[in-house]
Amino acid sequence: MEEFVKEYLNQGKRIDGRGFKDYRQIEIKHSIVSKAEGSAFVNLGGTKVIAGVKLDIGEPFPDSPNEGILIVNAEFTPLSSPEIEPGPPGEEAIELARIVDRVIRESEAIELEKLFIENGKVWIVYIDLAVFDIRGNLTDASVLAAVKALLHTQIPKIENEKIVRGEFVSKLPVVYKPVSVTIGKYNGNLFVDLNKEEEEIINAKLVVGVRDDDKICTIQKQGIGTFSLKDVENVLDLAIEKSKELRRLL
Amino acid sequence: MKKADIPLIINGRRIDGRLPEEIREVKMSVGEILNADGSARVSFGKTEAIVAVYGPRALFPKFLQESDVGLVRVTYSMSPFSVDERKNPAPDRRSIEISKVTKEALSAAIFIEDFPKAVVDIYENIVQADGSTRVTAINAASIALASAGIPMKDLVAACSVGKVGDILIVDLNGKEDNYSEADMAIAMMPSKGLITLLQMDGRLTKEEILQLLKKAEEVCKKIYELQRKTLLEKFKVEED
Repeated sequence: MEEFVKEYLNQGKRIDGRGFKDYRQIEIKHSIVSKAEGSAFVNLGGTKVIAGVKLDIGEPFPDSPNEGILIVNAEFTPLSSPEIEPGPPGEEAIELARIVDRVIRESEAIELEKLFIENGKVWIVYIDLAVFDIRGNLTDASVLAAVKALLHTQIPKIENEKIVRGEFVSKLPVVYKPVSVTIGKYNGNLFVDLNKEEEEIINAKLVVGVRDDDKICTIQKQGIGTFSLKDVENVLDLAIEKSKELRRLL
Repeated sequence: MKKADIPLIINGRRIDGRLPEEIREVKMSVGEILNADGSARVSFGKTEAIVAVYGPRALFPKFLQESDVGLVRVTYSMSPFSVDERKNPAPDRRSIEISKVTKEALSAAIFIEDFPKAVVDIYENIVQADGSTRVTAINAASIALASAGIPMKDLVAACSVGKVGDILIVDLNGKEDNYSEADMAIAMMPSKGLITLLQMDGRLTKEEILQLLKKAEEVCKKIYELQRKTLLEKFKVEED
């Protein structure tokens, strides 16, 4: 399989017939979990992930007493891939959660200062990612799911200092729609949306988080391959171009 | 975004008196840890990292072994006393992520095919943290690997760059790390001009990123010279 994929990539082709810059088919659904304050499901070419948003009341961090808190967590369950074993999150799940966290946090997509309740009390926004089928490009799928879920998250009512689940007062203040575009480099060529087989071959990837105003909010290099400065410039151009296409789906 | 309690740049000078493109005082040494196959201590101002390299050595359990390449493992940790509020010594999510990207950044420069079935373990400890800890540790790991005789394509030199207000700066200290508009960590093989680690957080235009990358490349070249000098001095003395 490996040789087969390499041969295709070397000829400038992809095993599923896509162009270098083509995403696979993307299906997005929202509000699929009624118990959650916000939720979304994304199927990106077979990679399936659910993002669920839960809101709780908690104490703010001492260095930002007037701001809400964002916490992102990702779980790879063994049902998603033969390579995943039960147990606490491994480095890949931790990295995924931290990238999704940074794309949302650094883009300032959520107006955290509007999540202040009263002195010593703020909303904590938990985004949990449940990964169900790892078929390549889990990062972009997860960011799409997380942002879509946030866009449909509602803030619950508080009565006698307690949350009334299922009754809502307002929408979560989300002001940007950041997306991530993960780009792989192989033999000097750049590819978006790597499928599972390509991910096994391509060892140099850049995850680029892009905000609506084309500002870059996150970059993370992955794999043991390398990039020249010129490569990075080309990656950023391609990421900005593709980000618009992904954002239209949100 | 968190705001600093004091301005980070006044009259073109940073809070520690530096100019935007000035790095802190750098100290480097190798060979301090006698038990290790290679070791190094590197500091940038108050940020200090000690790194030990063990291996190539046998890898167990056996199912972890790769038949055609060797394995590189990296453990980044911060001492509990290295920061203002005591840090729990157990690995947190940040340390696990840094260990992963550092492993990739260093593996890019190592001829891993030269030690199949074996492992090179790299242990990084931050003794004191004042920003740019991951890149300081990478600078130390790179010369520790070289002093352990691990075959490498090039040394890996690393630095941080960022943006404070409208000003682009290099080698961020702790305050700048926390309150900058954006920060970026870069590791590269300077003689090849190839980036092996790249992480950015914040809000930057494409043009700003490209400018920062150029500045980072210059800084990495300076660090590379210091790394070379440190290694040459060490091994010249031992020959005599």
